[in-house]
Amino acid sequence: MSKTPLTELPPQAVIERIGRDAPQGRAARPFYLKELDYSVVQQCMHCGMCLPTCPTYDTTKLERNSPRGRIALMRRIADGDLEVTETFAKEMYFCLGCLACETACPAGVKYATLFEYARADIEHSGVLNNPQRDLIRQLTLKTLFTNPNLLRFVGRLLWIYQATGMQDLVRSLGLTRLLPKKMREMEPLTPTVNDQFSDALIRPVETPPAKRYRVGLLTGCVQDLIYSDVNRDTADVLLANGCEVVTPRSQYCCGSLHAHNGELEAARDMARRTIDSFDLGALDAVITNAAGCGSHLKTYGHLLHDDPAYAARAAEWDRKIKDIHQWLSEIGITPPRPGVEPQKVTYHEACHLCHGQKITAQPREVLRAIPGLELVELPESTWCCGSAGIYNITQPEMSQQLLKRKLEQVDATGAPVVATANPGCLVQIVSGLRASGRDVEAIHPISLLARAYREEGQE
Amino acid sequence: MDPLVSDLLALLGKERVLFEPEHLAVYGFDGTAALSGATSCVVFPETAEEVSQVLKRAHAAKRAVVTRGSGTGLSGGSIPLNGSLVLCLARMNRVLELDPKNLTIEVEPGVTTITVAELADKEGLLYPPDPGSMKISTIGGNVAENSGGLRGLKYGITRDYVMGLEVVLANGERVQLGNKCVKDVAGYSMKDVFIGSEGTLGVITKILLKLVPKPQAKKTLLATFSRMDAAAETVSAIIAEKIIPCTLEFLDKITIGCVEDFAKIGLPLDAEAILLMETDGHPAVVAEEAAKMEEVARRCGAVNVQIAATAEESVKLASARRAAFSALARVAPTTILEDATVPRSELARMVNFIQGVGERYNLRIGTFGHMGDGNLHPTFLTDEKNTEEMHRVEAAMKEIFDFAIELGGTITGEHGVGLAKKSFLPGAIGNASLHLMKQLKKTLDPETLLNPGKIFDLP
Repeated sequence: MSKTPLTELPPQAVIERIGRDAPQGRAARPFYLKELDYSVVQQCMHCGMCLPTCPTYDTTKLERNSPRGRIALMRRIADGDLEVTETFAKEMYFCLGCLACETACPAGVKYATLFEYARADIEHSGVLNNPQRDLIRQLTLKTLFTNPNLLRFVGRLLWIYQATGMQDLVRSLGLTRLLPKKMREMEPLTPTVNDQFSDALIRPVETPPAKRYRVGLLTGCVQDLIYSDVNRDTADVLLANGCEVVTPRSQYCCGSLHAHNGELEAARDMARRTIDSFDLGALDAVITNAAGCGSHLKTYGHLLHDDPAYAARAAEWDRKIKDIHQWLSEIGITPPRPGVEPQKVTYHEACHLCHGQKITAQPREVLRAIPGLELVELPESTWCCGSAGIYNITQPEMSQQLLKRKLEQVDATGAPVVATANPGCLVQIVSGLRASGRDVEAIHPISLLARAYREEGQE
Repeated sequence: MDPLVSDLLALLGKERVLFEPEHLAVYGFDGTAALSGATSCVVFPETAEEVSQVLKRAHAAKRAVVTRGSGTGLSGGSIPLNGSLVLCLARMNRVLELDPKNLTIEVEPGVTTITVAELADKEGLLYPPDPGSMKISTIGGNVAENSGGLRGLKYGITRDYVMGLEVVLANGERVQLGNKCVKDVAGYSMKDVFIGSEGTLGVITKILLKLVPKPQAKKTLLATFSRMDAAAETVSAIIAEKIIPCTLEFLDKITIGCVEDFAKIGLPLDAEAILLMETDGHPAVVAEEAAKMEEVARRCGAVNVQIAATAEESVKLASARRAAFSALARVAPTTILEDATVPRSELARMVNFIQGVGERYNLRIGTFGHMGDGNLHPTFLTDEKNTEEMHRVEAAMKEIFDFAIELGGTITGEHGVGLAKKSFLPGAIGNASLHLMKQLKKTLDPETLLNPGKIFDLP
C-alpha cells in the first residue's frame, strides 16, 4: 500500500505517523560482551601496536583512551570483573570508532565488532540515560533515521529555513545565543540542505547507450539531504562507465548510525529494509558512495547471519555491495577525455573507507584517471578528521582538535581542492574551511570525476 | 583516601593522578602475554623534579614504584605488583637537543624511538636500535630494558648508543652520568649500571644518545628455503665469510603465514623458512656484499633469492617483519614469546632443537628472530585458559632455555628478565653473579621500592 509522503501531510498527521512507524522495542537479551565468543577479546595480546595510530591516545597518552585499554575494559566486563559503568560508557563514546587500530593490528582484532557490542551494552544497561539524551536519541536514531520520508520532511524544513535567508538573519541577529550552549556550539556545523533530493535528481532507472552492467544505487539518508548532487554525480559516473543505474525512490538509513550508537536491533531492522529495497538477483552490484555507510553495509551478512529469513540474501548482499571507487576499479575506469583546467588535488581518506573497508588505492586511481589532475599526497591522510559520525556533536572539543590538525595538513599540501569520499568528513571539513576562511574546496572524488566527464573535450 | 594519593594530587593535580578503577585496570599489564598485576595509583610527572618529588613521597610512605613508558615490554618489566604506584613517563616527551657537531641527541624518556629515528634521519644521521615496537616504544623503556632490534648484529644495541643519563635515585636524589665525550674514564661507568636495569635501580629522566652517519646505500634480499636448518646454516656461513650485514631476519612457516595474512606483501607461503637480509654502507660495498650473500644463500640450499627493487619495498619487508610477534596472535588465543639467544655458530642446532621440543610436547611453536645475532623468538601458540597445555608450555620453555645455556647462550637476548624469566635467571648466570646483582640493588635501593619483584626476588 502506498502512503502519502510525509512532506505532504499536516504536522499533526506527521507526528501520528512517526509514532506508528517507529520500530518496536526489542526483546530482553543478555549483554553482548558477556555472551561473546571469548577468543574475540583474547585476540588482543596488548602489544601496543595500535597506540600510535589512535587519535585519542595520541592526544591524552592515557591507556584508557587507547584501543588496547578499551579492549582490556571490555575483557573485564566479559570476565565479570567490571560492570558497565558510566565511566566505561563515557570512554566508549570518547572513542571515535575510526578503526585506525584495526588497520594497525597485526593480530587482526575485530575492534569494530567489539566497539558496536560495547556501545549496545551501554545502551542496554542504561548507565547514560537521562531525559534529554533519551529524547534526542528517540527523536533521531529511533524516529528520524528510521523513517526516510520524515527525514526528507525535516530536511525540507531546514532547506526553507536556509534558502529563505532565515538562517542568515538568525545568525546576524545573534539569536543563536538563545540556544543551549551545546546546540549553540553545533549551530555553525549545520550543513546546507540541497534544494532537491536524490529522487528528484535521479530517475528510477537510467540506462547508458552501451550497457555493460546493471547496478543499484544507494542514495543514503544524510547524503540524500545535503549531498544529493553527489548521488547525481555517482549516477553520471556509473552511466559513463556503462552501468545501468537502478535507484529505489525512498531509501532507508543503512543502519550504520544505529549500529555505531548502540542500537544493534534497530540496525538489523534497517538492514532488512535496505535489502528489501533492491531486487538483488537482477543486479550485478549495489553501489554506495558514502564511506561510513559502505563500511557498515558490508557487515549485513554478519548482522543477519542468524535471521533465517534474511541470512542468505544478506550473504548475497555482502558479495554485491561495492564502494563506488572499488567498483570502478574492478570494472576498469573509462578515463574522461582531456577537458579544461589542470588542477592540484589532495585526498583525505575517510576512516571508514581506508580502515573500515581497506580501500586506499582505488580512490587515488579514480583521481588519477582525471586528465590534468595532479594528486598531492596529504600528510597523515588516514588520520581521522574528527567527524566520526555524530562525534563532532557529542565530543566537540576532541573533534575540533582533529579538524584543526587535518586542515593544517591540507595547508601543507598547497592544494586548493581536498577530495574525500564521505558525507561526514565533507560536512566537517567544509565547516572547518568556512570557519577559518580558507579558500579551499572540499569535494567528493566522484564529483570531480563527474565534472571531468561533463567538461570532456572543452578547450 | 590513601594519604599518598592525596599528597600526589596536591603535587601534580587531578589530571595527572589516576585512581579510578577503569583507569587502574588498564595499567595492570604491558606487552607481555598472560601476565598482569594491579596498581593503586598512576601518576604522570612531566619533569625530573616532579619525578624526584614523587619518589621522595613514595619513599617516605614506603610504597613501591614501577616506571612505565608505553607499556610494550615483553618480559612483564612494567607490570605493577601488589598495588605498586605506576610512574608513567609517556608525557615527559620533549626533545631537548640535536647536536649535529657532536652527533648526539638529548631527549626525555617519554620520546618514542621512532621520533628519535626520524629526527636523526632528517639530519642525514642514523639512530640504529630499532626494536619491533619502535613506533610506540619509548627511549626510556629502551634504555631500561637495553632493547635490541633488527640491526643488532652490525650496529649493536641500545647500550652502544647511550652516552649519558640523568637518573633519579630511589630516595629522590638526581644524578648526571656520562656526557658528550667519546672518551671518558673518570671513575666507574655508572650509566652502564642503569642501562638494562629494568627500572629496579633508578628512574631515567634524561638520555643523551649517540647518532651515526646514515649509510649511503642499502640492499634488501629475501631468501626462501625449503628447510629451516638451511636458513640457519646460511646465517652461520655468511658470518664465516666475514660479512656483517645490518639485518639477517628469520621467519618460519607459521610466522610467514601470519605476517602475510596481515601485511599482504607477497611472502612465499609454501616456504619452510625465509631470511630477510639487508646490507648497508658504501654503494660499492653494498653491491659486493649483496652478491656474496645471494651466492652463500644459494650454496646453502636457498630455493630462491629475491632483491627488493625499491627502497619502499625494503621498508615494507622490514615493517612486516616487525609485526611478526603480534601477527602470530592470529592463529592462537595466547602467544608466549621467548627470547633465547645462542652464539651464531650454534643456530642450526638450536633451530632443530626447538622444532623437536614442539613435537615432543605436542605444542605449536612459531619461530622467528634476529638470526644474525643469534637471537631467536620461539613463540608458543597456545591458550592461557588451557591449564594442561600451559604446563607443557612451561616444561618446553625450560628445555629450550637449558639447551640455549648448554650451547653457551642466554635466556634473554633483548626482552629482559622482568617477571617472565625470573625463575630461569639463577640457572643462566650462576649464584655468584646473582649475588653481585643483589648487592648492587641493595646499595642503590636499600628498601626495595623500585620495581620490586622484577629480575630476582629479595627477601
